[in-house]
Formats: sequence, structure tokens, C-alpha cells
Amino acid sequence: MIAKRIIPCLDIKDGQTVKGINFVNIKEVGDPVELGAKYAREGADELVYLDITATHEKRKLFTDLVKRIALHLNIPFTVGGGINEISDADRLLSAGADKISVNSSAVRNPQLIEDIASGYGSQFVVTAIDARLEDDGKWWVYVNGGRIRTEKELFSWAREAQERGTGEILFTSMNHDGTKSGFACEALAILSENLSIPIIASGGAGQMEHFSEVFTRGKADAALAASIFHFNEIPIPVLKDYLRNQNIVIR
Amino acid sequence: MKVAVIKYNAGNIRSVGFALDRLGIKAEITDDFDFIRKADKVIFPGVGEASTTMKHIKANGLDSLLKSLKQPVLGICLGQQLMCSHSEEGDTDCIGIFDVPVLKFPPTLKVPHMGWNCLHDTHGDLFAAIPPNSYVYFVHSYYVPLCENTAASCEYITRFSAALQKDNFFATQFHPEKSGDIGHLILKGFIEL
Repeated sequence: MIAKRIIPCLDIKDGQTVKGINFVNIKEVGDPVELGAKYAREGADELVYLDITATHEKRKLFTDLVKRIALHLNIPFTVGGGINEISDADRLLSAGADKISVNSSAVRNPQLIEDIASGYGSQFVVTAIDARLEDDGKWWVYVNGGRIRTEKELFSWAREAQERGTGEILFTSMNHDGTKSGFACEALAILSENLSIPIIASGGAGQMEHFSEVFTRGKADAALAASIFHFNEIPIPVLKDYLRNQNIVIR
Repeated sequence: MKVAVIKYNAGNIRSVGFALDRLGIKAEITDDFDFIRKADKVIFPGVGEASTTMKHIKANGLDSLLKSLKQPVLGICLGQQLMCSHSEEGDTDCIGIFDVPVLKFPPTLKVPHMGWNCLHDTHGDLFAAIPPNSYVYFVHSYYVPLCENTAASCEYITRFSAALQKDNFFATQFHPEKSGDIGHLILKGFIEL
């Protein structure tokens, strides 16, 4: 049986790992390569590195970092942030990234997903979606790190991304992110049932029960979290033992 | 020890080189036929689409070169598929080292088969040091059915060949270079053949 994946996410600013709480306050948590290697040793199934550097000049720092990550890490990793055109994807592939994730740029230019998927394969493209459940009962997609609301709705945008060739959806619930109150299991289950590609759940991990919930009720293929791993609130080996005891298939 | 990683129009070949670096091996990523012929070990990696890749391989004679090699050769992922007889991806005639076709997964579960899955019935030289039911990392939409050259199997939608071995030719559907410590041991086993 294929195993459910546990994915620590590392936000990178100017070459260092940071974690934003609710996309706002930022705390530093250490060297990205060392932290990634530690997670790999502890049993992380994959890693996500998101470049939240704002300026173009600093982007090169991230590419250099991706090369160092690829050299040291023996598990797959996804990189995201600032991928606006196919040349950005090409640069990161050449640096050794296994997958890239697109977010705001794909909302603005959905053709980008097709271009990258046809050039490098669907397995190379993860579409990251930040969405918020609002009073009208709909999940609205946000861009620019959750700052700008769009006219796109989560489920139709996720389907469009699949049709355009994305290999996975990484859905972050802005309602849950940073709250440590559990994942958005209902929305995740809808995504998983309606799409034929893997769904990565993000936003809301606080306790081990949240992971078993997201894999059962939420039907997610993978779960992503940051602060609980960075601050060692839930060590990965402990989490994996717990999930195995819950009869969830874990590597 | 001279190790050649064959360079051709395929994605993410770099990560195989990095994995060999971690084994203390400085591999040559090369399309120089003479170097490949004289190498102690040859690795044929691959991420991409079968028909376009095969067209490129046939155009420059890489198919005949690979078939003629006598040293240990390891195909990875698309590399394994291209070493088979035919692929349903783009209805492509392949190199034909392993006499088995490559089939498309029916979409009864999510396709691609992406993530960590167990190896079963491992045997042969690559798996001597590998504990039973070890997890390795897969990303693929096409698969090689079980056959007489199957050296390890895996279960997803159907039971399929996770690895093949025939004479000096080895192949894995999974990515040993991305499969953590187990993948490291499998690559080490190949290098030490």
C-alpha cells in the first residue's frame, strides 16, 4: 500500500528558514539545509521549501540554496515562491529540485501550469492554493501570500489546475493556518473525491490526532506542517508511530 | 571506479549525480560514447515522456550502445521503461533489453502512483542488503508487469515490477536517489557489483 506522506514545510527568507504565524509575524528557526537533513533522518517523506524573499536580486540566494539542498537531501523536495515563468521552473529544475509549486502566478496566468507540465511532466508541477471559507459559504482563493482575494473559487480552480496538467494540489486553509485546531477536513475530502491527483493538506496541524483525521476524514494523500515540527512540538518519529498505531499506512 | 551517468534529453539527471556524490563517487554525466563504453558502471536515468525521449535516443544511436554494454547498467524510472520492448506511452517501440511491454495504469486509484510504497519479493544482486518490505519512492503513470526478469514487485492498482534484472542489466521503477537510506543502500549495492 502507498504510504500517507508527512511533509515539513520550510519558509525561506534571504537564505534562512522562517515560519510565519497566520502569514504575518515571522520567527527564524534555523539553517534550511541542516533542518531539512534532520527531518529526512527523522522520517519526513518529502520537504517543501518556499521562498518568501520579496526582491528579485535575492532570488539567486534561493537557487544556490536549492543546489545545496539537492546535494545533501536523499528524499524528494518541492520548491516554490517567485515562479512566474517557465524559465524560473527551468532554473530550479537545473538546480536539482524534484518539483516546483506555483501559486499566485498560476492564478494570474493559468497557462503557466500547462507550459511547465508539458515541458517537464505533470509530476514536476504542484499547484498551491490558499483559500478562505467566507460568510457566503464559499472557499475563495487568495494570492500574494493571502493578502489579495481573487474571483476564483477553490474547487473549480483546483479542477482547472488538474485539467491543465498539475500533478498535485497543495491546499492551505487560511481559516485554519496558524490556529493549531486541525485541518480543513471537509473541504479536503471534497477535493480528494472530485480530483484524480494527490491532495496535500496544509494549515491547522496542532496535535497528532489532526493528522489521523486529515488522512481518514479528510482523505488527504499527504499532510504538511511547519511550526509543530520546527519547534519540536511533535517529533516526526513520534507522530509516525502514533499514525501506525491508528492503522494508517506510514513509511 | 569510473561511473557514467548517461546525459540525454531527460529531466533531473542531476539528482542521480548528487546521490553518487553522497556515496563518495564522482560520476561523469556524459553523452560521450567512448567514455560510456569504458566506464565500470553505467546509469541510465530518466524523467520524461517515452516517445520523444526514444526518438532522441534512436537518432543518436544510444539504443544500440546500451544494448552492447557488458558492464553493469542501471536504468532508473523512465530508464527502466525504455529498456523494455514497447511502451503504451505514445505507442513507442523501446530498446528491448527486457522482453516485456510497459502498460498504462488504469485510473482506478490516483495516477500517477506518487509517493512511498513497499518492495515485495526482492531478490537478485541489488537487494542483497535490503530488508523485506522496505519503502522506496515512486513517481510514474506507466508500469512494467510482472515477468521472468522481475527482481522486486510493488502493489498499486496491480502487482507490478518495481525492479528488473537480466544478465548485466538492472533497472528500478522507483528512484533510489530519492529513496532515503534504503535508496542509498541500493545504489551502493549497484556500485559495488
